[in-house]
Order: sequence, then C-alpha cells, then structure tokens
Amino acid sequence: MSSNKKYWKSVEELDQNSSIVETLKQNEFVEPIPTDEFLGNKESLQNSATTRRDFLKYVGFSTAAASLAACEGPVIKSIPYVLQPEEIIPGVANYYATTIADGYDFASVLVKTREGRPIKIENNSLAPTNGHANARVNASVLGLYDSLRVKGPKKDGQDISWEDFNSEITSQLDKLNAEGKAIVLLTQTFASPSTDKLVSQFKEKYATAKHVIYDAISHSAALDAYQAKYGTRGLANYDFSKAMTIVSVGADFLGDWQGGGFDSAYSQGRVPKDGKMSRHIQFESNMSLSGANADKRVPLTPSQQKLALAKLYSYVVGTSVSGSLPEKIDTTVKNAAAEIKKAGSNAVVVTGIDDVNAQTLVLELNEFLGSKAFDPKTTIKTRQGSNEAVAQLVNDMKAGKIGAVIMSGVNPSYTLPNASDFNEGLEKVSLSVASSLKEDETSNRCTYIAAAPHYLESWGDVELKKGHFALMQPTIRPLFNTKQFQEVLMSWLGIDDTYHNYIKAHWSETILNGTSFSDAIHDGVFVAENSTENSTVTTSETSEVNEASSSTGDAARKLVAAVGNVDGFELALYTKTGLGDGQQANNPWLQEFPDPITRTSWDNYITVSKFDADKLGLINRNVANGGLNGSYANITVNGVTIEKVPVIIQPGQAIGSIGLSFGYGRTEGLKEEMKTGVNAYKVYQDFKVSQAVSIEKAAGEHEFACVQLHNTLMGRGGDIIKETTLEIFNTKDKAIWNHTPMVSLNHIETPVSSPEVDLWDEFDRSIGHHFNLSIDLNACTGCGACVIACHAENNVPVVGKTEMRRSRDMHWLRIDRYYSSEDTFAGDMNKKENISGLTSSLSEFREMEVAAENPQVAFQPVMCQHCNHAPCETVCPVAATVHSRQGQNHMAYNRCVGTRYCANNCPYKVRRFNWFLYSQNDEFDYFMNDDLGRMVLNPDVTVRSRGVMEKCSMCIQKTQKTILDAKRDGRVIKDGEFQTACSSACGNGAIVFGDINDKESKVADLKKDDRMYHLLEYVGTKPNVFYHTKVRNTTEV
Amino acid sequence: MKKVNYRNFSISSLFFGLLFSITFSFSATAQEGDPDVGKGLYNTYCAACHRLDKPMTGPALRYVEQRLYDEQGLDRQWLYSWIRNSSALIKSGDAYANKIYNEWNQVAMNAFPQLSDTDIDNILAYTAQEPPAPAVASVATEGEGNSGGSGVSEKLILGALAVLFALLAMALILVRQTLNRFAEAKGVQIEETKTTPIWKAFVQNQFLVLVTSIIFLLASAYYVYGYFMQVGLDQGYMPVQPIHYSHKIHAGDNGIDCNYCHSSARVSKHSGIPSLNICMNCHKAIGEVAESTATAEYSKEFYDGEIKKLYAAVGWDEATQSYTGKTQPVKWVRIHNLPDFAYFNHSQHVSVAGIECQTCHGPVEEMEIMYQHSPLTMGWCINCHRETNVKVQDNEYYAKIHEELSKKYGVEELTAAQMGGLECGKCHY
Repeated sequence: MSSNKKYWKSVEELDQNSSIVETLKQNEFVEPIPTDEFLGNKESLQNSATTRRDFLKYVGFSTAAASLAACEGPVIKSIPYVLQPEEIIPGVANYYATTIADGYDFASVLVKTREGRPIKIENNSLAPTNGHANARVNASVLGLYDSLRVKGPKKDGQDISWEDFNSEITSQLDKLNAEGKAIVLLTQTFASPSTDKLVSQFKEKYATAKHVIYDAISHSAALDAYQAKYGTRGLANYDFSKAMTIVSVGADFLGDWQGGGFDSAYSQGRVPKDGKMSRHIQFESNMSLSGANADKRVPLTPSQQKLALAKLYSYVVGTSVSGSLPEKIDTTVKNAAAEIKKAGSNAVVVTGIDDVNAQTLVLELNEFLGSKAFDPKTTIKTRQGSNEAVAQLVNDMKAGKIGAVIMSGVNPSYTLPNASDFNEGLEKVSLSVASSLKEDETSNRCTYIAAAPHYLESWGDVELKKGHFALMQPTIRPLFNTKQFQEVLMSWLGIDDTYHNYIKAHWSETILNGTSFSDAIHDGVFVAENSTENSTVTTSETSEVNEASSSTGDAARKLVAAVGNVDGFELALYTKTGLGDGQQANNPWLQEFPDPITRTSWDNYITVSKFDADKLGLINRNVANGGLNGSYANITVNGVTIEKVPVIIQPGQAIGSIGLSFGYGRTEGLKEEMKTGVNAYKVYQDFKVSQAVSIEKAAGEHEFACVQLHNTLMGRGGDIIKETTLEIFNTKDKAIWNHTPMVSLNHIETPVSSPEVDLWDEFDRSIGHHFNLSIDLNACTGCGACVIACHAENNVPVVGKTEMRRSRDMHWLRIDRYYSSEDTFAGDMNKKENISGLTSSLSEFREMEVAAENPQVAFQPVMCQHCNHAPCETVCPVAATVHSRQGQNHMAYNRCVGTRYCANNCPYKVRRFNWFLYSQNDEFDYFMNDDLGRMVLNPDVTVRSRGVMEKCSMCIQKTQKTILDAKRDGRVIKDGEFQTACSSACGNGAIVFGDINDKESKVADLKKDDRMYHLLEYVGTKPNVFYHTKVRNTTEV
Repeated sequence: MKKVNYRNFSISSLFFGLLFSITFSFSATAQEGDPDVGKGLYNTYCAACHRLDKPMTGPALRYVEQRLYDEQGLDRQWLYSWIRNSSALIKSGDAYANKIYNEWNQVAMNAFPQLSDTDIDNILAYTAQEPPAPAVASVATEGEGNSGGSGVSEKLILGALAVLFALLAMALILVRQTLNRFAEAKGVQIEETKTTPIWKAFVQNQFLVLVTSIIFLLASAYYVYGYFMQVGLDQGYMPVQPIHYSHKIHAGDNGIDCNYCHSSARVSKHSGIPSLNICMNCHKAIGEVAESTATAEYSKEFYDGEIKKLYAAVGWDEATQSYTGKTQPVKWVRIHNLPDFAYFNHSQHVSVAGIECQTCHGPVEEMEIMYQHSPLTMGWCINCHRETNVKVQDNEYYAKIHEELSKKYGVEELTAAQMGGLECGKCHY
C-alpha cells in the first residue's frame, strides 16, 4: 500500500530549490568515505601490521579454536535385546559344530560366534574324518560377510519376491514336463543323503528331470576306476599314518588330491618315533606341497609320470611293459619299486594322473600289496561328478534339447573349458535358474537367480565318507533374503516344511538308528556303527588278484600306449592352497595368502624350470623397490591361447613341463581388486590336467607380489632350519646333529645358552605360567591353515597387491620356504664350510643364492619368537613393547609412536608396521572397509591404527581367557587348555602351545626333546618359540 | 508444599473415615487376624498373581472379604475352601466359583492346602487394611530442612570469623592512630625513614623475581597439565536417557542386587545392559510406582509415565496383560566408554576378585540419574591394582602361584600388581 505522506528530515527540504537537498539526494553518504586514502596508499598498506598472511592465520586460529571449543565426545548408543536369547551372553563366545560342503571343500568344523556373529572357524576335534579346516575353510567365514553377495531372488537382474519366483518357475516346470522337455539339475557334489532324497522326489514329480553332478575340477578318472572296480561311485580312502613307504605319482595328497584332508595322518607318520618314520617318494612335474615334503622328489613331466607308474607297477608285480624312461629315472623307479616290495603291506602308492588306467593300476597295486593304508571300503563321497555327463549336457543344450537348467553350487560359465559353448546353450534353454551366492559368470546369464545363503546360514547333511556323516546347521540368521537350494526345491515340490525337519525326518528314518538327532547336531558328526561291516564292497580273493593283475597288466599297457609321442611342452594344471577352484576368489584373505611354494600372492602364473626359462628367454628379476618382476608368456593349448601369463621360474619344475593354477581370472561377482590372474579353465580341455602346450615369450614385465625374494638358506641350516637324516638321528649323538652354538667367554668356548655369557640378568619365570610354542618341522607340511587362522583371530588387515609387493604384508605368522642350492641342504652346508675367503668366495656365495634344479625344500612357520632377551624391547624409546612374566612379549599399540626401531632390531623380522589406516579407508577396499566385512572382526583384539607397530601376541587374548575361566571356576588349568590360533588350527600337530612351568605338559616334554632348537640361537635372544629339527628319511634300500 | 500437605491430609482423613467404617462392618462378620503376619504370607503365596489394588493374573484383593460378603453374601468359610482348593470348589458346582473361573480365562487358582485358618485370617486381615497414606512430601521437606540447617551453620561460622577479623584490623588501626597521637602530644619526632615500597623492593630483588616466576610457571604448568589431562575424560558424564531409569529406586530403595539385572557381569567382559525381558520379570506386576516412591522432583505420574515407556518398548499391553509383539528397542546412551585398545573384563573383577560394583561405579544405589563416577583413566586402574590384594582364598587356581609368590616377596597377601596385574599386555591387546 502506498502512502502519500511525505517525511522530511529537515527544514531545508521545504525549500525545493535547496542545493544541499539536491547534493544529498545524489550521495548516499554525507561525508565522503576515505577509500582512496585507505587503499590508495600502498606504502601504508605494506607497513600495516596485519598482512594478508597474518589475516589468514587469525582466521585459521579462530576457526580452529572455535571448533575445538565446540568439540564434544561422541554420544555412543547401546541397544540391548528386547528379548535376550538364553544362550547368548554379550562378550562370551558360543561354538557350533557345522560342516562346510561347497563342492570343493568338505570339512567338519566348529564355528565361533560372538553376539550371534560367526567370527572364526575352528577344527572339530570330534570329527573322525575331515575334522581339520584348511586355509580355504578357515577363510570361508569371511565369505559370509561378502558385500557382493546377492541379497534376494532375481529375475533378469530385477528383484522379485520368492512367491512370484516359485510360482513362475513351477508353472514353467510343469509346462516343460508336459511337453516332455528335459529338465536338468546341474549341481556340485552335495554328498548329502537328504538332498539325494529331495532330488529323487523331484525326478518323480518331473519325469523328464535329470541330475548331472559337476565337479569344477574333475576326479572323473579316479571315480570311474573306483566304480568299475568296487561298484559305487566314489574314491578310495587312504590313511597315511599306517604307511611306512609312500610313493606318489603326481598326487598332491597334501594339497587338494581327492578332496584333501590326508595331511594330518601323513604328519603322524612323519615324526620319528622309536627311530622310525615314514619314507615318502614323490614323482611329479610341478613343485607341490607333497613334493616339497617328500624325502625324495623326482621331477617328471606328466607323460613321463604315466610311464613311471606303469613301470613301477610292472617292477612291483613282476610283469613287463614297453616304453622307455631315461635311465636315471628308470633306476629311481626301480629303487622305489624295491622299497615298496620291501615294505610290503606297509607301503602305499597313490596317483593323481587323470587317466582311468593309471587309477585302476594304483587300486590294483595297493590291493596287491595288501596295503594297510589303503581303505577302499570307506568310500570317499565328496567327488561324484562325471565328465561325460557334463560334456553331454553342453552338447544337448547347444542342440536345444534341454528345456530347463537348474544349477546350484556350480559356475560352469567360468569353470568349463568350453564355457562359450555352455553360454550359447544356456541361451537356448527356456528356463535357467542358478542358486548362487553371487551374481557371477553363470548366474548373470540365467533368467532367475535363487539367492542362496552361505553355508553358515544353512541346514544340511553330508556323507563325507561311507558311514561318516556330518551335519550343517545355521550359525546366524540369514543376513539377506535368501533360500537355500534344498528349500527352493521343497517349495517347488510343494513340501510345506523346513529343510531342517526334512533332514531330521530322513536321518531318523535311515541314518540315526535310534540315536539322538540333537546329539548328532551338537557333535556335528555321526558315524554309523556298522557302516564298514555292512559295506558291500567286495574285496578281491587271491585268485582274483592274479586275474586282476593280468587285466591291469592290460591297464599298464594301455597307460603306456596313451602316452604317445610328446614333443614340446606339457602343461600341468593344479590348484593352489589359497584359491582352490576359485569359488572364494572374492576373499581378500585368500588372495593375500602367499602361496606356500612360490610365496607369491594376488596372482597365478606359469611355473617354468630354470632350464626352460633360459631356453625361452623368460626371466625373473628383483627390482629396486624390492619387488619381483617376471616375463610374460603366451601359452597355447590346442588352439586356445591365453595371453600374457606371468612367468615364475620354479626350482624343481620338471624340465619340459609348465604349471598353471586354477581359480584365478574371475571376471564377475567380485571386486575390482580381486580380479587377478588368468583363467586356467580355458585350457582345461577334456577335463585333463595335463595338456600339450606351446609357449612363447610376450612383451612386458609382470609385477609380482612376492614376499620372499631370497630362496636359499646359504648354508645356514645350522642357524635357521636344522636338518638331519634318520640314520644320523638314530645313530649319532645329539651334539652332532643338533649342536648348540658356542661363543667365546674368556677365550673358552661356552654354549650360548649358558647364563655366564649373558649380558642380561635372567628374569625369574618359574612362577606362574610360562608359555612356549613348539613347532615340529617334521610335522609341518606348510599348508598355511595357521596363517589364515591367525588372520581371523587377530584382525590382521589386508593390504593389497601393491603393498604386498613392497613387503608391507601384515601377516603375523608367515611360513618361510627355503630351497637348497646344492642337491641337499647338507650339501649347502658343506659348500659354505669349504668356501675360501681368499679365492672364490664372492662367486661361490653368488652361486649359493640360486636354488638347485631339483632342490630340497623346507618350510618354517615364523612368528614373533617372544624372546626372553628381546632386542626389540631394549630399543623402544617409549617402552611400548615390554616383556611379561608369562613369556609373552607385549605390544601396547596405544603407547607406540611408530619409530620402527624395534622392527629394525628384530633378528627374525616378524614385526609389522601399519603404514596406513587399513580399516574404513577407501584406499584399502577390502573386508575392513565395509560394515558387513567388519562383522568378522574379533571383538577381543584391537583394530590397529596407522603408524603403530604390531606383531604376534602369542594370542594373549586367548591365554588370558583361559586363565580367567580357570580363576572363575577356581581350578587348576589342565594341559591342552592353552591354545593359540595357530596351534588350534594346526591339524597336523606341528604347532603345540602350552605352559612349560606345568612340568607334565606336552610342550614341556617337547622342550626337553633332543630335536629342540631355537631359531638363530647364537644371537642369544632366548626365544619362547622353539623348533624341532627336521629329520629326513633318506634310507634307500 | 503446604497446599499438597493439606490435600494429603484431607485424603488421609477420608481414608481414616473409611477405615473406621470398614472395621466396624468387619467386626460384625469375622474374627480378627494379624495384618503384619498376613503381609508376609501374602507376599509369599499371593503376590505372584494378585495385587491389592489392581487386577493382575488374578483379581485385586483389597477388601476382598468385604466385597464378597456385600456382593455375593459369601462368608469366610467359602474363602477357606476356595483358597485351599479352588478347583474342587469349581467342580462341586459352586455358582460363584464357576463364575470367577470363567471370568479369569478359565485358569484355576493354585491350591494352598498348607494354609491354616489362622493363616488365611491373617492374610484377609492384611487385605482389609487401608492403603498407606503417602508420606512423601513430609519426608522431602524434612530432608531440605536438614540440609539447609547445616549450610547455615557453616556460613554463620565464616561470617563470625570475618567480623572478628574486621574488628581486629580496626583495633590495630585505632591503636596505631592513638600511639601516633601520643607521640605528637609528647613531641616525639617519628623518623620518616625512607623506605622503598614493597613492590619496588620486590622488583629490585632479582632473586625473588626469579624464584617467584619459577613458582608461577610451575604452578601454571601444573594447572595447564591438569586441564589437559581432563580432556577426553568423562567423569561425571550424566546423559539424558530415553527412559528415566532410577538406580536409586531399584538398587537403593528396593535393594535389588546389581547382578540380577547386570547378570553377564559375572561371566562376561561386559556387564551388559539388561534386556527388556529382565525388566518385565518385575514390571509385569508393577505397572505403577507406590505413592511413597514419588519425590518432590519426580512425581508419581512421571515415574508411571516412564514405566509406560518400558511397556511401549517391550510391546506389553496392560489392558490384556499380554505382549503385542511390537517392540521398539531402547537406545540407551552409553555412559562408561573405554577406548578400543583397553581390555576390561567385568567377570574378572566381579566374580574372581569379588569387588563391589560400587568400588568403581560409585554409590549407584543413590543415583537417581546414572553418571560416570570414576575417571576410568589408566592411572586410576593402576592405583587400584597396586593397592588391592588378590582374593586367593578358596580358589584352587591361585594355590600354587600364591604360595610361590608370597615366598618370593615375603608377604602373605599379594597385590594385583605383584600378581602381574601391571603388565601392559594384560589389558592392551
């Protein structure tokens, strides 16, 4: 609203012509503003006390001061249960027995849960079979918290409800069934009685249904041989603890051969007892864990292995086969045969050659020997796949004969050598469903994804071996909207019940025989009483043996004939301890796990012998930043080329062969960082692990993340890995083979362990507990389960490939692997002793850096040695690392300022520095960077921050827990109660932990053992970790 | 305050009137029991299902006998047989017994054959008692009066002292003036000595300046250090909680054992915030606080409202006395926060050492609102470990180590520190 009122400010305004009014109208300010005076005078501006910089400082200070003053501690909310489950007490761990059965790894395990979250996998000591978790099984708990898991059922990439999902699929299935189109269930080996029943019910409902079992890594040859001989589809069982002579031709039985799980029995026989231990001869092309542990290892190409096996058979049985081996090898085979014959029923022969004839030969040979270790009655059921059926399926799919493919636990678009054929066929199938944890190569190509729960969220049952049952129970409520394959099948079949009840009913009917299901669930395992007695496996009569041997004489001839002429290279495909068949490729613990043999992580590569590498111009070299670089090569198998495969020169690789591991080269369903390596399945043609291959060098150099660049012991066996032979061990005095280092005291040689030579006063550790850790180098196979167990227990971060390459790995426990430079480590020692400083020392030491063509191998787990006179403690300027009465070397992270003096002063190089913040940091996008992944963290162990040192604590959180439990119960601690993550993970009994002040304890006995020595004993650090001298059985016949 | 008193008075007088009328009417029908004995029996046998003034699992029992007599014409004999064996009475076809049975969801009352006639008389006498008049206000005023009194006396002493000093000073000045006057009168020349003022002398004395400034610097360093050591400490932290839970009422007035709610303190590192089902163990029956619980600051209505919050959170429908299944977990504000790198285990201290909760948490039973009593610094932990003897009696775990260590240190009692309780790794891992 406008007003006509005029306001006046002075009488002057009454005069309309006043100049003053006019002037004032033009100017806003009555008096001129002295802007020019202020800004124009540059000199005064420059002399002004407040410069622009000062001004910024003031602004900065006041902002900082204001925000500091406004700082308040964060308000932490705490939300208790509304209705607390009876069995959950916050802060107290619960353990549940369950079973992993992912189609590749089968094991009975205990799952440690905290506040309802599974955080660690432990061994189930009640399990008679497969009770030991390997590295992959230990790491599998992280798969539960994989942020890339598929979170609900999907159709064409869109979310769909389970109701729609089931109704759509059942209607399509009904339609296909009516049309007479084939419905195929393509699954992993479940070895599950209940699932078998479900599948047969499915087949009843849908007449056209077929079940195809597919093992990504085929055991078809061994299965076929076993089936032909014993009638059931399965594998023969072996108990290596009963074998005194073990001959393996291409079988990595300490790795994943026949599903693995043989190592603990093997280790039992490897520890010398009453002067005896088993003898192990290995013929193989790649350096495997088994070969590394063998007393005698013979590198042979895959085709030579076939010949060698045939020859071995003929030498033992006394027939003859054609074919010729190089004379030196032939002699070795002859010697091996002689040893087998001598050992008789104490010998066992195994093979990994995927040829039916080879497998038949071995079964016959073991029967011929009456081998005690050979147990064909307790059939291993965890591999049942058939190559023919899978190949047939792919052909049928391509031909459009298949109406529906329903998959579970398989990823054929990744694992099939003819994946493109499969994908093509999949498009012609009208209904494709994948029950999958991930949107992976296969499930992304299917119409429907039935989001599957992790095994820690599922029910299930497994018959691991004949009569050896195991149960799977959920340890957490499903994190996502998932249904397991069996539940989905049940809803399609219209069975309105839970799978839990289904299993229970089936077990009560057929398996339990009146015993309690709850007990079976509690134990996680159940052994049917009369399983072996009732077994229908026919053992051959003596007369049949002859018959059989003649027929296998046939097999031997066929095997030789199958070798044919091989010129050029042979490729031997294998699986790594870390990734196995590649299911867990998105698991950063496994990606970062250094391969026990090559000590390289985050990669696969071809392994080439030095001889061949020189021939092909392939190199490995260490570069200035401490990383390992290697050449690239292109490999071609039967027209399929894999380009730019990194090359590692592998001592012990059979000349003329190269190795390449499965499990890498995944492209879908995993983080960018995890897309490492090349896909070896592409050259897995006809499911044969050995292939003729051609190699050519490619341009460029690959950057490896290898954590051990120095491979040989340099003749320092006496300081680092003490070794002796069984003969010397049995006959000579301890001082000869386990000599205590001497130092000079007043010009008198004195043992380094005597108190007089000590600079320091000894602490009194006789009171209370005094923890010691014993590592038996004879029992350790280098499997690496302890490394992952330590990872899980102690919240060890994952640092990624580039940091690993800089040797900034954070593993608290590493397993060093050493090669001999001469044929044996003893040879190295001799050579070193005889090097003269005057003449050729430089060149000879240089020679000793190079591993032999077929070296002896030794593994040594190294963690913080918890020295009683620790060099790290004396140099810490802030006393962040100090010693305890209990023998543990403490590390107070909150006190550490990160000078890294301690790491530099540590002779064992076991301290790890946090160069970066590894949790909640986008630069390190591994499990600690998302809320889901952090659920695996152990709440009892600090998550370390940037700039602090860390190291093995000897699992002080576990020892303290044991002590507290005993105090609360008011009782004395029994031997065996004290455990570290590594000792409880070690299924081989190599790592034993305990209190040496308890004179009755096992570890106290082990400390008194003659084989006991300390790592780098001459340094005088007096560690609380001790090792047992490795004894090799070199006794030949 | 007066007004409230007055109203209370009027209410209580009303109750008294009632009481009189009731006693008279009772005396007509029944012989007297002892209400005090009855209270004990009532709490033992009846309180699990009956409240006096509100229905619970069973009906409210205040004036039950009178009610039955007035409404149904049933006498005490009926009650005897009902209480001793209600289901028998129902079976016998008693009309009212069946009516009650059907009214209360056909749940028969437990039989109490062990109760004698006298017992039942006593219980009935208790149920016939007046509800106690609230005595809150008077208690509160008394308390205030007390605290006021002690405050005044302190101030009085201080005031008196101040006056005394002032008088002394006055007297001194007067004495000086008088002396001066004497001197003048006697003609004594007072020598005007040229004295430098004290501050000038001080400035000139370099030694003094140095010492003073050192003292000053040290003192300020002490305070600055003290200030900085306070940073990050939350001693006295007393956040507002989503439900006003009074430890004073629960642990103090009602004497509930700490471990009843914080049960995991006995076995776990966490003392645990009790889950709501623990609250409901009692609060199923306690839907409102007693009149006597209310204070001047927090009224009965306020407390009842807080219990309603619990019901809302746990999904308890008071009307039907059942759970609705709709829960809203309570987001408590955590008061005691240890950093991630410090490991503390409650069970070690509570179960093994047998330390009272109050040692660290302060007088919780007096806290209307919970706050952090102790600084929770490492120095505080360490001090206690240095001074506290380990409780080794009757604990077989300690038998050997105690014998050996006491021989080593030549003492009978061992402190936690001697036991190894000061080692870094015992708490930091």
